[in-house]
Amino acid sequence: MQKNALHILLADDDEDDRLFFKDAFEEVKVQTKVEFVFDGLQLMEHLMNPDTKLPDILFLDLNMPKKTGKECLIEIKKTEHLKNLIIAIYSTSSSDEDIEDTFIEGANIYIKKPSDFNALKKIINEVITLNWHYHTSGLNRDNFLLSLK
Amino acid sequence: MKLFIKFDINTICTLYLKEKLEEQNLNFSTLGFGEIELEDNLSIEALDKLKNNLEPFGFEVVENQKSVLVQKIKDAIIELVYTDDNNNYKSSAYLADKLNHSYGYLSNVFSEVTYSSIENFIIIQKIERAKQLMIVNEMSLTEIAFLLNYSSVAHLSTQFKNTTGITPSAFLRIIKKRRENLK
Repeated sequence: MQKNALHILLADDDEDDRLFFKDAFEEVKVQTKVEFVFDGLQLMEHLMNPDTKLPDILFLDLNMPKKTGKECLIEIKKTEHLKNLIIAIYSTSSSDEDIEDTFIEGANIYIKKPSDFNALKKIINEVITLNWHYHTSGLNRDNFLLSLK
Repeated sequence: MKLFIKFDINTICTLYLKEKLEEQNLNFSTLGFGEIELEDNLSIEALDKLKNNLEPFGFEVVENQKSVLVQKIKDAIIELVYTDDNNNYKSSAYLADKLNHSYGYLSNVFSEVTYSSIENFIIIQKIERAKQLMIVNEMSLTEIAFLLNYSSVAHLSTQFKNTTGITPSAFLRIIKKRRENLK
């Protein structure tokens, strides 16, 4: 059914984390195409560029130098052509307050970064499957909240 | 007098196809080789209308039978979840009756195409409806649990938390604060 690969953009300054995610995406069943940016400034530059094809999901690390994930999130939600992007925030924090705060700012998905690979694979599978249902079954994106920890 | 006209079948077909799609007010882009990408998912009726419009001119919409069946399963589930007098009708029996296939077959096709199970999809839809009832109709969890045939409020709460990762009350709080932020 899914003719085109799911287009994913990942913003993370840490090379190990980028590889970690890349490998996990390669192992999930749904076909994905993953692109990377290395910090918040580069992310915003990329998204503001009119030639950019916007991703189906943006994975955003909360802690990045120059511009944090949270600052990016707020900026994205204030930008007309970006505000409907599906955003998955990930972070090492699992405090309920941090999670709720991120959702209030407009994130759809909150992921507590797992330390082992199988856990990450499972999380990514869940995110992608659910996102796909939202995409194909006319579910209301405004109510799309998912927290995985 | 005789004229010789050279024509390009591909251009003609593409132009004609575009005209027909525009007639139905569809947003689309042509990808060449007869492939068209529609921006929205068509309802079964709209798709039928399109097929009927194209057929007299020799165009045929080629589709994957399994994808069509999955769409029918989804439509039937949504209908079931949004009908309030379902009297605990068992969803597997309901789907098998409605779609004239054994539940085992439907279940296999669904998993093959969507990588998730029918049961999982039903839960997602029920939780979606619960969210709507909470926000739009301002119903209490007790009322919602009753309406959606949950055995108890606790059962609904647990399923909500398992599906979304957050509790119903946190969900409500987040949506309300988001709205305040927009004002």
